[in-house]
Amino acid sequence: MKSLITKVFHNDKTHVGLLSSLFAIFIGLLFGFIVLLFSNPSQALGGFGSILLGAVTRGSRGIGNVLYFATPIMLTGLSVGFAFKTGLFNIGASGQFIFGAYAAVYVGLVFPNLGSIHWLVALLAAFLAGAFWAIIPGLLKAYANVNEVISSIMMNYIGMYLVNFLVATNPRIFDPNKNQSFTVPKNAQIPNMGLDKLFPRSSINGGFIIAIIFVIVIYIILNKTTFGFELRAVGLNRDASKYAGINEKRNIVLSMAIAGALAGVSGGIVYLAASGRHIEVVDVLAAEGFAGISVALLGLSNPIGILFSALFIAYITVGGFYLQLYDFVPEIIDIIIAVIIYFSAFSLIIQTILKKFRRKVKGGTT
Amino acid sequence: MDAVYFIVQQTMYFAIPLLIVALGGMFSERSGVVNIALEGIMTIGAFSSIFFINQLQGVMRGQSLLLLAILVAGLSGIIFSLLHAYASINMKADQVISGTALNMFAPAFAIFTARMFQGVQQITFINTFYIKKVPFLGDIPVIGRLFFQNAYITTYIGFLILVISAMVLYKTRFGLRLRSCGEHPQAADSVGINVYRIRYAGVMISGMLGGIGGLVFVVPTSTNFNATVAGYGFLALAVLIFGQWKPVRILYAAFFFGLMKTISASYSGIPFLSGLGISSSIYKMIPYIATLIVLAFTSRKSQAPRAAGIPYDKGMR
Repeated sequence: MKSLITKVFHNDKTHVGLLSSLFAIFIGLLFGFIVLLFSNPSQALGGFGSILLGAVTRGSRGIGNVLYFATPIMLTGLSVGFAFKTGLFNIGASGQFIFGAYAAVYVGLVFPNLGSIHWLVALLAAFLAGAFWAIIPGLLKAYANVNEVISSIMMNYIGMYLVNFLVATNPRIFDPNKNQSFTVPKNAQIPNMGLDKLFPRSSINGGFIIAIIFVIVIYIILNKTTFGFELRAVGLNRDASKYAGINEKRNIVLSMAIAGALAGVSGGIVYLAASGRHIEVVDVLAAEGFAGISVALLGLSNPIGILFSALFIAYITVGGFYLQLYDFVPEIIDIIIAVIIYFSAFSLIIQTILKKFRRKVKGGTT
Repeated sequence: MDAVYFIVQQTMYFAIPLLIVALGGMFSERSGVVNIALEGIMTIGAFSSIFFINQLQGVMRGQSLLLLAILVAGLSGIIFSLLHAYASINMKADQVISGTALNMFAPAFAIFTARMFQGVQQITFINTFYIKKVPFLGDIPVIGRLFFQNAYITTYIGFLILVISAMVLYKTRFGLRLRSCGEHPQAADSVGINVYRIRYAGVMISGMLGGIGGLVFVVPTSTNFNATVAGYGFLALAVLIFGQWKPVRILYAAFFFGLMKTISASYSGIPFLSGLGISSSIYKMIPYIATLIVLAFTSRKSQAPRAAGIPYDKGMR
């Protein structure tokens, strides 16, 4: 056992960031368990088991639902994470998400039937709409020095009210009996791409595959292209990049556009699904946008990390649905995620401690 | 003229919480700690104080209950903000991440605790704090109707907080030290100022004012608290940046925004506007669009406290 610990903690190759994320997850789950114990001791163990294993115990249906719920937050996580890597905090993912969703639903319901590529056109519309919604804070930041956090928050609310208005005033989109948009026609729905055979009776569709494709694309852009390098350089030091000849204003706008496009696609996928989600005309900001922040932070803004943290958060969220069987409030999952994020902020100090630890064990410089 | 009185009175309800919370944010950021957890702090402050009122309203009522509730709100805000302070100052964590985590934690905690104690997440209270008219002052011809009728004591407390904040920030030794920690903590440290302690004070003040702001937000505008402050914490951040981290300008910014929000919420009561037939969603967008436009024009020379957001490290130059 000791040699295993030595191997994991003292091996230089084990990425320190990964360890600090795992530590944060451990503390978060522990805290959640303590809260469960505190509020209802007899049910606590069962409840906690439900969080940890709920999704798996329902077999392929459970796993399918996990993948289904992971898809939108994986994309908004990519959106926020990509922006982080380029030095921007995209707290506006909610607004980009819902605006992209509106564009997709609009193409789905209002455009004439485009045949089997109808869903693709709708997704493209979502992509462009999300990019557009994010370009505005991007331009404001690059050319008017407006703090992108504030402008993005404003855009969130403007987007929410605007989409509510646009949906409610369009009789082709709005279903007044349910105060939400209609289901998009079959051709506009995301095809299942065979995933429904793998995970029968779950809500999954091809959106998951689309999300994975975007993960790979973003990974390649960030790490294997000059463009991605420039974006990261601007993120690390705007002035130094300018000195090196990089057009930082243009790159800030482009970064926001890409981030917005990702969030927009996320919205498109959610509302183009056959699983029964519709744009509701309520004054509530899209939760997927904020979940994306958690996913990005936990995944350390790394596309592969985001993939896994999206899966993890979707996993415990699905487990959390079954918590109601144990007489618990599902908000405990939000509390657990919040605690995980809080402790993931400690990663800097944990990395310092771990590095000191390793130096002591090795007896020299790391 | 009635419409003007109505608008001013309503604006108070929206502007004062923004003012109080933005002033709290000012103390934190001026000491060097970026505090975007204002939304969460407001939620916790509102939750604990409304719950307090809910539990005690059988025994107490009126202004004394409200004043006690303000104390509860401030205290709970301070305790909650200690989490942010510890992460940002001792653990040198990324202050944006810590703030975001607290923003996520607060409503979940409020819903969870409310459902644990009373079964439902919405906490109702009976509003016994409404002041129809302040004796003597309410009878003054114009000003009386503007400021001393249809009011709450929280409005006057808000102005008091503004005056005290401005005095503390600019006229006391503590205020000077606080400002120096936000601009150049190394210099402050070199003359013997304990940067950590000052920053803790800054964050705790923002916690206290944020908590009070949460209560002040809920009381005049509704009779229940449903685990949300509708993004007011973020709006207060906008007011803070808009007000360039200075108390009097924060006042103007808060009232600008409060006025916009009032017009958007009460347009049906203003004959001229309700006749135009514009959808309510458009009106709701107005405060945010107005803020964006103003920010676009005023941010060019925006200068945040130079050391805000950077964890203080004694070893750095």
